Amino acid sequence: MTQSTIESAQGSGVEGRTGRFGDRIFAGLSKGAGVLILVTLAGVALFLFREGYPGINVDPSEMDGSDTFIQYVGPLVFGTIFAALIALAIAAPLAIAVALFISHYAPRRVARTLGYLIDLLAAIPSVVFGIWGIRVLAPLLAQNVYPWLGDNASFIPLFSGSASTSGRTMLTAGMVLAVVILPIITAISREVFLQTPRLHEEASLALGATKWEMIRQAVIPYGRSGVISGAMLGLGRALGETMAVAIILSPSDGYFWSIITNQNSNTIASNIALKFPESSGLEVNRLIATGLVLFVITFGVNALARRVAAAGFSGADG
Amino acid sequence: MNDADQTTTTGSVTRMTEQMTGVGASETPDGLRVSDLNIYYGDFLAVRKVDMTIEPRSITALIGPSGCGKSTFLRSLNRMHEVIPGARVEGTVLLDGEDIYGPGVDPVIIRRKIGMVFQRPNPFPTMSIAENVLAGIRLNSKRLSKSAADDIVEKSLRGANLWDEVKNRLDQPGSGLSGGQQQRLCIARAIAVEPEVLLMDEPCSALDPISTMAVEALMLELKSEYTIVIVTHNMQQAARVSDRTAFFNIDGTGQPGYVVEMDLTEKIFSNPTEKATSDYVTGRFG
Repeated sequence: MTQSTIESAQGSGVEGRTGRFGDRIFAGLSKGAGVLILVTLAGVALFLFREGYPGINVDPSEMDGSDTFIQYVGPLVFGTIFAALIALAIAAPLAIAVALFISHYAPRRVARTLGYLIDLLAAIPSVVFGIWGIRVLAPLLAQNVYPWLGDNASFIPLFSGSASTSGRTMLTAGMVLAVVILPIITAISREVFLQTPRLHEEASLALGATKWEMIRQAVIPYGRSGVISGAMLGLGRALGETMAVAIILSPSDGYFWSIITNQNSNTIASNIALKFPESSGLEVNRLIATGLVLFVITFGVNALARRVAAAGFSGADG
Repeated sequence: MNDADQTTTTGSVTRMTEQMTGVGASETPDGLRVSDLNIYYGDFLAVRKVDMTIEPRSITALIGPSGCGKSTFLRSLNRMHEVIPGARVEGTVLLDGEDIYGPGVDPVIIRRKIGMVFQRPNPFPTMSIAENVLAGIRLNSKRLSKSAADDIVEKSLRGANLWDEVKNRLDQPGSGLSGGQQQRLCIARAIAVEPEVLLMDEPCSALDPISTMAVEALMLELKSEYTIVIVTHNMQQAARVSDRTAFFNIDGTGQPGYVVEMDLTEKIFSNPTEKATSDYVTGRFG
C-alpha cells in the first residue's frame, strides 16, 4: 500500500519532469523558428543593401545608359505598381463575387468543388500562366478587344495610342496577374464571409431583408477588413510576380499610361529577370538596388495589410 | 400603428407603413390563427398538429421543456425557420385572414409584418446605434430625409425605453451598450418598421435580472400596440408578463413536439386541465 503510493508519486514526478522537458524543447524549437525568419529577412535586407548600394550611388557616365538611379528605377516602380493595381482592380471584385457565391449561394457540393478548384489555381506555377497569357490570351485580346478599344475608347488615356497587334500589353499582363492573385483573395474572403455570425444574418433576415440585402447589411460589413487585408496580400503577390510579366510584357523605357499599346513600363521583378543574365559589374549592383526598392514597397504593402486587418478584427469582435 | 402615431410622423413614414401593412393598418388586427400546422426538417416531423389562436394586442407565452419545438414553432410564425435548408410546413397560419404560407407569398414581406427578437442581443456590430434602429427602414425605402430618420430613431428608442440612456451617443457603435441595452436596441430595431406582431425567442435568457425587468416592463407597454409571442424557459416570467400561455411537450427524443394545452395564464399556472401541464408548472419535471 505504502509502497505503491510512493511508486505512483515517483511516477508522477518523473512524468512532470519529462513534461517540463518537452515543453522546454518545444519552446526552444518554435523560438528558433521565429528567430530564423528574422535572421533570413535581415540577411536578405542586408544583402540587398550591401550589393545594391554601389548601384545607387554610381556616376551615370560609368554606365552604358546615362540615367541616374532615380531616373532608372522610376519607370520600373511605376510599371510595378501600375500592373499590380490593374490586376487588383480586375481580381478583387471577381474574387469577392466568387467568395460570396461559395459562402452563401452555391449548394454545398458545388461550393466545395469550386473551393478546391480555386485552391488548385493557386498551385499552378506562374510561368504556366505566363505561357498561357502569351499563347492564348494575348492573341485573343489583340484580335478582338484592343482594336475595338483603340477605335472607340481612345478618349480615355488608358486606351489611347495605337493598339498592339501582338497583345503583349500592360492590360494582358494585368489580366494574367489577376488570375495569379485571384485564389488568395478568394480564399481569404471566403473564410471571413463564412465566419459571419449566424445571429447577424438572422437579424437582417428577420427585418425582412432579401438574401442580397442580408449580404450587404450583415456579411460584407463584417468581412470588410478581412477582404481588404486579403486584397493587400494579393497586391503584394502581384508586385513581386516575375515570370508571367517577363514573358508577356513588351517593355520600353519610360512612363506609359496606355495599357493597350506595345510600349509599356516594365516591372522591377520582370526587369531583373530579363536583364540579370546579361549584366555584369555595376549593372548587377543597379539591378539589386531595384530589388531593394521592390522589397521596401512590398514590405510597406504587407505592413498596411496587417494594420487594416488588426483594426478591423477588433471592431468586429464586439 | 394607431392614428395618433401616424399624424406625428412624416408623410414618407405614413406611406411606408401603408406599403408594409398592405391595405393600410387595420383598426382591429386579427392576430394569428394557426391551424393544423406540422413543421418538418426534411423528413423529420419536429412539431405536429398545432391549432392555436394568438389574440391581437396581448402577450402569448410558449413554455415547455427543451427540444419540444416551441422555438421552431415561433420561427415558423414569420417563416424564419426556412433559413435552415429542408425546413417546411403543412397547414396554415393566417395573419389578418391571409395565409402567410399561401402560394406566391414572399417570406420577405411576411417578416416585415412579423418582427423578431432573438435569444442573444444581435445589433449589427459595424453600425451605430441610430443606424441599427434604421436598419429595417433602409431595406424598405432607400430615400429617407434626415429629419424623418431622426424622428423614427427617437420614436423607436423611446418605444423601447432606451432613448434617455443613449440619446447623447446615437452615433456610437451599438456593441458598446450593455447586454440589456443591446436587447432593447434590438427591440427598437424591430418596432421601427412597425410590424403587427413581435416574436421573441427567449429574449431575456442572456440578461441579468435588472435588464430582464426592464425588458419585461417594456413588453407590457408594447402589448397595447403589438401582438407579442414570447418563448421562455422562465415560468415566473411567463406568469408575470403573459395573458395566455401555451404548454408544449414532447413524448421522447425523436418524437414530434405538440401543444398540450393553451389557456389563460392564470389558469395554466393555478388550475391546468392536463396533468402534464400541472407537473411542469409545479416543477415536477422539465
